[in-house]
Amino acid sequence: MSKTNKPHSMTETHTHYCPGCTHGIIHRLVGDAIDALGIEERTIGVAPVGCSVLAYNYFNLDMTVAAHGRAPAVATGLKRANPESIVFAYQGDGDLASIGMAEAVHAAARNENITIIFVNNAVYGMTGGQMAPTSLPGQLTQTSPNGRDVDLCGLPVKVCEMLSQLDGPAYIARVAANSPKNVIAAKRAIEKAFRNQVEGKGFSLVEVLSSCPTNWGKSPKDALKWMDSTMIPYYPLGVYKDTSRREIDS
Amino acid sequence: MAKWTIQAERCKGCGLCVDACPKQILRIDPDVINHKGHSPAQMTDETRCTKCGFCVLMCPDCAITVER
Ligand SMILES: Cc1ncc(C[n+]2csc(CCOP(=O)(O)OP(=O)(O)O)c2C)c(N)n1
Ligand code: SF4
Ligand code: SF4
Ligand code: SF4
Repeated sequence: MSKTNKPHSMTETHTHYCPGCTHGIIHRLVGDAIDALGIEERTIGVAPVGCSVLAYNYFNLDMTVAAHGRAPAVATGLKRANPESIVFAYQGDGDLASIGMAEAVHAAARNENITIIFVNNAVYGMTGGQMAPTSLPGQLTQTSPNGRDVDLCGLPVKVCEMLSQLDGPAYIARVAANSPKNVIAAKRAIEKAFRNQVEGKGFSLVEVLSSCPTNWGKSPKDALKWMDSTMIPYYPLGVYKDTSRREIDS
Repeated sequence: MAKWTIQAERCKGCGLCVDACPKQILRIDPDVINHKGHSPAQMTDETRCTKCGFCVLMCPDCAITVER
């Protein structure tokens, strides 16, 4: 048996991500899921605006890129026009939870049979580390140099908690890419989110807590520790909604 | 044959594999600089490697391969 480094559904291209940025780990998990399900030939990915805008260079798949935040709308169109295709959107937290909130919420409410990989690194990475809707209370960012002031800026948006209140979605889960144990759990969740689409179960979103060592001003190692100490307690990991489980239970 | 290999040109020297290894047998090799300008990870004692694959799981750059 071989634990190969690169999934077949990823290209040989070296990524532009900063050293230790866990976008790379999450890309690999998406590739692993596509390989495991044997859906490479019929999968279409939608890249966002954000650091992962160049994801189309890294996946050996049909790929497109949507205007900022619009990936769920583009994915909806692709899926409805080509129902046999497997369509996923890969989005950051600035992309999904700020400018693209409406698209994400309504795609979930409509239970579109698509898969969303939502990468939450609690900042706008690409543009230099500004505060995002997901930045933690007190978090130092480019636009909150004294820490996020919740009296002024409000409290962070918890996407999984919010979307799981809707009747629409089939599967909503939060995982983290900061330790071997959490990455194994993330791998399972991402594979399930793709399998759900193959089986026609409906809207599946996996929020993956991710690091941004560059804009957090931390070493890659300290960034993963900060996720453990600060991020995960605020954004608890787990399955927030799973309609297939409810079917089994009742 | 069990084997641990690295594509040093893919490596960005982030050290996440070094921290993930339960056997603490990986290190960043300060004597090498790849074309990206990073010092890559290096195996120090493969006889102690259990081929658990934790280093593979944590590498953001698909640089490590473990065969067993
Ligand atoms: C319509 C529009 N508004 C603003 C921008 C500027 N912009 C580019 S990336 C980005 C935020 C990306 O942050 P996130 O989605 O969290 O992804 P990350 O880079 O952190 O992975 C913004 C605001 C843009 N490109 N288009
Ligand atoms: S800026 Fe942050 S999110 Fe973007 S590649 Fe660098 S570490 Fe990753
Ligand atoms: S396979 Fe396991 S023991 Fe071997 S180098 Fe990687 S993490 Fe260490
Ligand atoms: S995790 Fe990957 S990129 Fe980082 S030092 Fe190890 S081999 Fe290099």
